[in-house]
Formats: sequence, C-alpha cells, structure tokens
Amino acid sequence: MNRMPVIIVGAFLAFFLSWVGLVATPYAQIGRAKPDIDDITKDQSPPPLPGTSIQGSAVFASNGCVYCHSQQVRGGNSSDIGSGGADLERGWGARRTVARDYMHDRMAYFGAVRNGPDLSNIGARQPSVDWHYQHLYQPAVVSPGSIMPPFRFLFEKRRIAGQPSADAVKLLPPDLPEPGWEVVPTNEAKLLVEYLLSLKRSTYPLPEAPEEKPPQ
Amino acid sequence: MTSTAVAPVAPAEHPAAAAVQAVRASDTLAAKRERAAIDASLRLPVLLFFGSATAWLLFGSLLLVIASVKLSIPGFLTGTEWATSWMNVPLGWLGLSLPASFAGDSGWLTYGRVHPAGWDALAYGWAAQAGFAVAVWLMARLCRVPARSRPFLYSAWAVWNTGMLFGTLGVLAGQGTSVPWLDYPQHAQLFLFVGAALVSVWSVVLFRVRQPGPLYVSQWFIAAALLWFPWLHATANLFIFHLPVQPAATGPVHWWYAQGFITLYLTPVALAAAYYFIPKIVGRPVHSYALSILAFWALAVFGPWVGMTRLTGGPFPAWLVSAGVVAAGMMLIFVVATGINHHATMRGRADALRWSPTLRFVVVGATVFTLGSVQAAFMSLRSVAQVVHFTHFVEGHDFLMLLGFYSMVMFGAICYIVPRLMNWEWPSAELIRWHFWLVVSGVGLLWLALSMSGFIQGLALNEPKISFITTVNYTKIFLWGRTLGLLLILAGHVAFAASFVLMSVRAGAIRRRPTLLAMTPAEEDAPPAGTAAAI
Repeated sequence: MNRMPVIIVGAFLAFFLSWVGLVATPYAQIGRAKPDIDDITKDQSPPPLPGTSIQGSAVFASNGCVYCHSQQVRGGNSSDIGSGGADLERGWGARRTVARDYMHDRMAYFGAVRNGPDLSNIGARQPSVDWHYQHLYQPAVVSPGSIMPPFRFLFEKRRIAGQPSADAVKLLPPDLPEPGWEVVPTNEAKLLVEYLLSLKRSTYPLPEAPEEKPPQ
Repeated sequence: MTSTAVAPVAPAEHPAAAAVQAVRASDTLAAKRERAAIDASLRLPVLLFFGSATAWLLFGSLLLVIASVKLSIPGFLTGTEWATSWMNVPLGWLGLSLPASFAGDSGWLTYGRVHPAGWDALAYGWAAQAGFAVAVWLMARLCRVPARSRPFLYSAWAVWNTGMLFGTLGVLAGQGTSVPWLDYPQHAQLFLFVGAALVSVWSVVLFRVRQPGPLYVSQWFIAAALLWFPWLHATANLFIFHLPVQPAATGPVHWWYAQGFITLYLTPVALAAAYYFIPKIVGRPVHSYALSILAFWALAVFGPWVGMTRLTGGPFPAWLVSAGVVAAGMMLIFVVATGINHHATMRGRADALRWSPTLRFVVVGATVFTLGSVQAAFMSLRSVAQVVHFTHFVEGHDFLMLLGFYSMVMFGAICYIVPRLMNWEWPSAELIRWHFWLVVSGVGLLWLALSMSGFIQGLALNEPKISFITTVNYTKIFLWGRTLGLLLILAGHVAFAASFVLMSVRAGAIRRRPTLLAMTPAEEDAPPAGTAAAI
C-alpha cells in the first residue's frame, strides 16, 4: 500500500457507504413522520405539545437532565432487545417507545445512564405541578434516597410583599423558608415543569406500537 | 518500513541485532540532521498543541471529579454562597462587596453541566488536540520534510482553543445541547470544525512535498483519520442541528458520530503512534506488513458501523442495531490483527518496558485497546446489552477507551516527542513513574467500579420487583469508587502536567542520556550496554 490515492479513495468509499447506511437511510426511513389522525375524532396522535412546553425542552437540555434520565421505554416483546418488560411493569409506559413519539420535541433525549427513572411518561405518572416544584427544589426530601441535585437556581427566594404569591412553592421541612419569605419558581422552572407535564408518550394510540400492558 | 522509522537500539546479543546493526549503519549523520531539522521546524506548533491539551486535560479531569462527587453528595458545590463569601473577603478590604443577587444557587456547577463540560474537555481539549500534535509530528517525520505553512497550524491551534473556550463556557452557562459528545453550542462547533479542517489541509500540503519513498503504516492511519474526523463532525452537526427532520432520526447519526470519534479518529491516530513507537523503541521492524493492511481495511470497512450497537432497544429500524452488532464482531479482525502484530514486534523485548517510559505507556495503551475492544464486542451481544444498556457499565467502557487506551498512547508519544523538540530530557523519572502508576490504578479502579455497578444496576433494573430507588442505592458504594478512581487519575494528570511544565522551562540538570524509568542515579553515570537510545 504505497499509493496514497488508493488509501484515500478506499477510506472515502468505505466511509461514504456508512454515511448512506447510517445517515441518509434513517432520515429517509423515519425522518418524515406525520401524526396519525383519527378518522372520526380528527385527534392527532401523538398530540402536539401544549402551550410553551417546547421552550421547556430547552431548559431540560441546558441543565443536562438527559445525563441521568432516559426518555425511552424498552418493550417486552421477544423481538425487541428490551428489558424483558421491566420498564413496562415499573409503570414507565404502556408500550415501547417508537420513532413518532419524539416528533414534536426539539430533540430526542434518548438518555445514557439511568441514575434516575425514565421520563417518557412522567407527565402521566406525576401530574401535580406542586410535586414537580417540590421535587426540583428538594429532591432528596420528596424522594428519599435520590441522588438528584437540588435545582434551587431555578427558583427565587424573596420577601413576601403584601399577599403571598399564588405560585409560591409548597415546600416541605427542613427547607421551609423563614417566616415572611417565600420561594417562587422562575420562568425557567415553569417552562421545565410544563415540559415535564407534557411528557405522556404512551397515553395515545399508534398503530405501530400496540399497548403491551395496561398502564399502571 | 522506512529507515526513519527504525531506531537502532537492540542489545548486541539479541537475535535481531544483526538487522538492527545494518539499520544503524544506514543511520548516517545526514539522517540525524534531517530528523533534527524536522523536529526544530515543528517545535512551536506541536508544543502549543501539547501545552493546551495538557491544560484541558487537567481542567476536564477536575470537572469530572466534581461531577462524580455530586453523584454521592448531590448538594456538593450547588450553591455559590461559599464562592461569594470567599470573594467578598478581598473585596471587603477595598470596601466593596458582591451584589446580593450574586449569592445563592447557581446552575454553573450542576451535575448535568459539569459532567458534559468535563467529558468534552477531555475528549476535544485533550484527546483531539494531543492527536493533532502527534499526527502532525508523525506526518512530518514520515514524509521526511520539515514543516512548512506553519501559520496553518498556529491558526488551527488558536481556532480550536477558541472553540473549546466558547463550548465549555456555553455548556456551563446553560447553552448545552444535551446531545452527548456534541454538547457545545453551534458557534463553538463551527470553530472546532475549522480547526480540524486546517490540520487536515496542512497535512495534505505536507504530504504533497514529501521525500520519495515507501509509505509507512502510520501514514495510512493518519491520512484516514484526518479525512474522517472533519467529515464526521460536519455531517453530524448539520444533520442533527440544522436539517428539519423528526428528532428520532438523529439517533443513528448521533452514535455514528460519537462512536466514530473514538473508532475513526482517536483509534487510528493512537495506532499510528503505536505502529511508529513500538518498532522504533524495540529496534525491530513491524512484524507483519500484511497484518497491518488487513487491520487498516477492517477498520475502514467495519469501524463506521459500530456505533449502532448503542441504539439497542431504541425506536429505530431493527436492521441498524443488527448491522452494528455484526460490525462490532467483525472489528475483532482489526483488533486481533493489530494485537498480534504489536505483540510479535515486542516479543523477546518485554524488558524494555521496564526502562522506556514511551514503550511502557504505549504498550499498556495498546493492550487496553485489545481488551476494551473485546469488551465492546461482548457488550453488543443482545443478551449482554439487555442488562448493561442504560447503566454505568457502558460509561465504564467509554472511560476505559478514552483514558486507559487513547490517553496512555498519547502520553507515550509525548514522552518521546517533547524531549526532541526541547533538546532537553525529562527532568524527573520519579514524576513519570507517579504519573504512570496513578493513572493506571485510577483507570483500573474507575473501570472496575463502573463495570460492577453497571452490571448490578442492570440486573436490578430488569427486575421490576426491585423498586427504582433500590437500584440507585445498589450503585452508591460504587459511585464512591468512581470518585476515588477519578481522583487518582487527576493526581496522575497533575504529575504529568508538572513534568510538562518543568520540561518547558528546561528544569533540572543537563542529562547526557534519555530519562529512563528503571535506573538508579548511580547507574545513570555508567550506561548499561544496549540501552543507550532506548527511550
């Protein structure tokens, strides 16, 4: 192999082949998803993200949530390389995640390590706004044993001026603010929680992913 | 094998001695002058790359230690009260203080930012930059021409480090993308692309003016790596962040890039170094030319597909994962061919591992490469992936490949290259020994902790009767092991950086011979036979 053109052309072709296979083909196969529309109700499936939750997706990204939380339910069918259905039994979803589930999001946050639970359906599992604020502010209190860091920088602690704010976080001891003070979510926290509440990825039917178990 | 790639160093009694003697005879004064001229021409650019790589190495390992502690103590460094109160002390002397809004919790050091910032500082600040330096130096040595068009290299260095700065600050300030390995915001990625492309263009220019002669294995690998990396990087950024497409389709592209960065950029550069330094130091040509050809083409054909194994169980066409599993298996051709080749080149010369720092780092790195690649093939198997997917096990593998394989080879290369650029020998063998053993024990502990943790975590996650928080509790003891491992690695990197700084100011006494690991000061005065050039 003393001729560089042979090496370069060979390396180019081998690499180009992988580009066709791994970049171009998946874009053609699953890149152009359209929602499934019910003939009678005209409901879209997956439903579009509500309100400003797409901006919450940016807050989710900027704080690296994906480094501990997956958004991918592994199925229980023997044809999947799944977790034997454990994800389903944990109540993380009623079926495996499919490509269309991500179609309205900014980015697909599949996840890497599960230091925390899967979030594909966190909006269905924990529908309470108060719970999410408490949990972001004091995770180890709300969820004993959790190794999630407290996200207090998404909140503002301020002196109560007149009436307490309507959106003041209902904190639990030992993190109660001093009398006369309150903790309120910043705009980022509100967007993030709105996004988390919008994550209900197996609550709608898709023909390519029948329910595998009733949701728990 | 060109004559430049063989240093005449085998002891006289060795079977290869005759061959080596022949080479030594051909190593004329002119050849030595030629090498010295090449080294002199690359002094500044290569030292700049190595210097900033070392700085990012320290910074990245420090951030990873902080992130790792946070997994055990989630509140660690979450607030900035401590920083504010410290900074207020000197400010107080001037009668000033920081505004109250500065105190309180800050997002800058939250786990989800520190961890990717630290990881990317290692991957792009250290690994990629050390790779540029080694590729540039090897290319000039093997083309046998002094560097020209050096402004290309200076601009590449400046642009790359500007990108690193923007990227790191961006991630810490909350502009990260949360796409692992591509966390930096797009403006930083653009700088990185331009930097990498400049190095590639420079290499092409140099290659065009090379002295006639056969190509050496290392040149194939470097040429391919410098072709693939900018292409991978540009395509991944374009397709993931700019083309309008439904997000799930970016998964395969993402792992094509992230695994490709290791398999198609870091690996060929490290192997180019291994193919150069092992024969050079043991004073014997590469065992088999045919095996290295086989290895090269196996890497080129199967390497790009390996990343698909990371998509296990995901919402992707099933054939993608199957293709990845097949490729991961076929990559064993590449791994075995490389392993046999290096082993056979080394055979009978293992004693050189005792004294040559370069050989010790490179051989340990190459061995970890073989073991790590076998682990990767094993991890891609369906039954194993089912357990280890989404666990620390995979993270342990990534650490092993980056710090146990690639970094070690780069350290070995630096041990060899820098004294030739500085015309100065390493000031302290003791520091090199500390560096070596701290990093080896740290990577070993880190890998063991994460592998055990991940295996237990994976089994527990697949058993729904075990509550999720219990699966977290199982890993807690290992997370301390992870921190301890990273601390040892950080200490090793500090020893390396200290060595590098001492070297850059030419500290210590003038040494007439290379700094070797297994010699007492008394021995240094009386050179043992056959080791003279064996650094």
